[in-house]
Amino acid sequence: MSITSLLSISMGAILVNNFIFSQFLGCCPFLGVSKKLDTAVGMGIAVTFVMGLASAVTWIVNQFILVRFDLLYMQTVVFILVIAALVQFIEMFLQKSMPSLYTALGIYLPLITTNCAVLGVALLNIQNNYSFIESVVYGITGGLGFLLAIVLFAAVRERNVFADYPKCFDGFPIALITAGLMALSFMGFSGLSVWG
Amino acid sequence: MNNIVIAILVLGIMGGVFGLILAIASQVFAVKTDPRMEEILGHLAGANCGGCGYAGCADCAAHILAGTAPVNSCAPGGAENAAAIAKIMGVEVQQTEKMVAFVRCNGGTNAVKRFEYKGVHDCVGATKVAAGPLDCTFGCLGFGSCVEACKFDAMHIGPNGVALVNPEKCTDCRACVAACPRHLITPVPYASKVHVACFNKDKGKAAMSVCANSCIACGLCEKNCSFDAIHVIDGVAVIDYAKCKACKICTKVCPRNAIFPIPTPEEKEKFKAAQKAAAEKKAQAAAAAKAAAAPEAPKAE
Repeated sequence: MSITSLLSISMGAILVNNFIFSQFLGCCPFLGVSKKLDTAVGMGIAVTFVMGLASAVTWIVNQFILVRFDLLYMQTVVFILVIAALVQFIEMFLQKSMPSLYTALGIYLPLITTNCAVLGVALLNIQNNYSFIESVVYGITGGLGFLLAIVLFAAVRERNVFADYPKCFDGFPIALITAGLMALSFMGFSGLSVWG
Repeated sequence: MNNIVIAILVLGIMGGVFGLILAIASQVFAVKTDPRMEEILGHLAGANCGGCGYAGCADCAAHILAGTAPVNSCAPGGAENAAAIAKIMGVEVQQTEKMVAFVRCNGGTNAVKRFEYKGVHDCVGATKVAAGPLDCTFGCLGFGSCVEACKFDAMHIGPNGVALVNPEKCTDCRACVAACPRHLITPVPYASKVHVACFNKDKGKAAMSVCANSCIACGLCEKNCSFDAIHVIDGVAVIDYAKCKACKICTKVCPRNAIFPIPTPEEKEKFKAAQKAAAEKKAQAAAAAKAAAAPEAPKAE
């Protein structure tokens, strides 16, 4: 593990293998909370926060419980349990100790509980045989990739209101088309390889 | 077999441990919330319409609880809920009349169009292009910004291209009042049925040339009102709802059909005939009085 490998993981998570646009994980909050730019930013930050923490915790659980008891086939169930408990705990902790952060993230935190991007990052860490630090970096940068995607998408959707598209595309259809076009444009990053 | 037992044990223990941690955390990190908060929230409309001026119903409830908002802040909730909240807060509620929104325009297809607007289907957008597609700079554009704003399905664009409020569904949240770029929508008492449906502040010819249904500030309604309830203020007739008795004389005398409910032509004819008869009777009476007074005059001298 070196700095360059961490950088390559980061670039991969943010651009090349963007969670939304190339892995299609976490599409639910991506479509649901992207009507306004400021709520999109809030959601993106909350997802980044939870993905970073979830990567760390699930890596530990995997390494010290699942591997030891030879229960790797239980990963999905255990990770859902861990992430749900973790998000609940964070929510309670924030409400007591950091009310300002709680009111900023508050409504988005419960939404992320079973977000597939969070579960996905936990499973991908194991699949890719990442070390602890690599897992955390992958989780945080994956969250940043989500933040980038949802902020760009929300900005486009805000302007969509003034676009002259056929009436039948109103609402979700035009949002899905927009998302598809953005995913196409993110394919342009697929040839990108950073430091090997 | 052994595998299953281990799996059940590990998952069971993990679940138990997490449950225990969360249970302890909920005690340690417990934040005391006022139980009245939930009760108040239950009596708000729950539409998050923002009509009260706060960011959603929860914020409104918090302000009511803090005493910084009146107990009847939630107009959509209505009088019953306001009374219930007042009971929770232990204060008296001031009885307020039920209000509904009203669009002060009956132009639409009757108004003169300057050009065909084909841009963004939105009133704000339409007013940005050469001050709007209507000759009347006060009238309803009919692109439905208020319809978009209404969360209660109480607003629709009527048959003549003007927004109409359904008073049965309107909750007086005033989201449409804020949405109308021409400030045409205003709260009126639900019980009152007579409204001036024009907001054109121009007078005479200027108002007459832009729309068939415009108020031209002629003042006929003001002269004919027996209750001093309608006045031409700033170039447009305005009803004083406290005095209006809904006799509907003004709707019939209005030469421009600018006052709701618009009378049918028959009603108007009937009223005109009655008015003419009354005038004739008056003239006859005056003539008779004159005739009666005339012979007496010399006697007095």
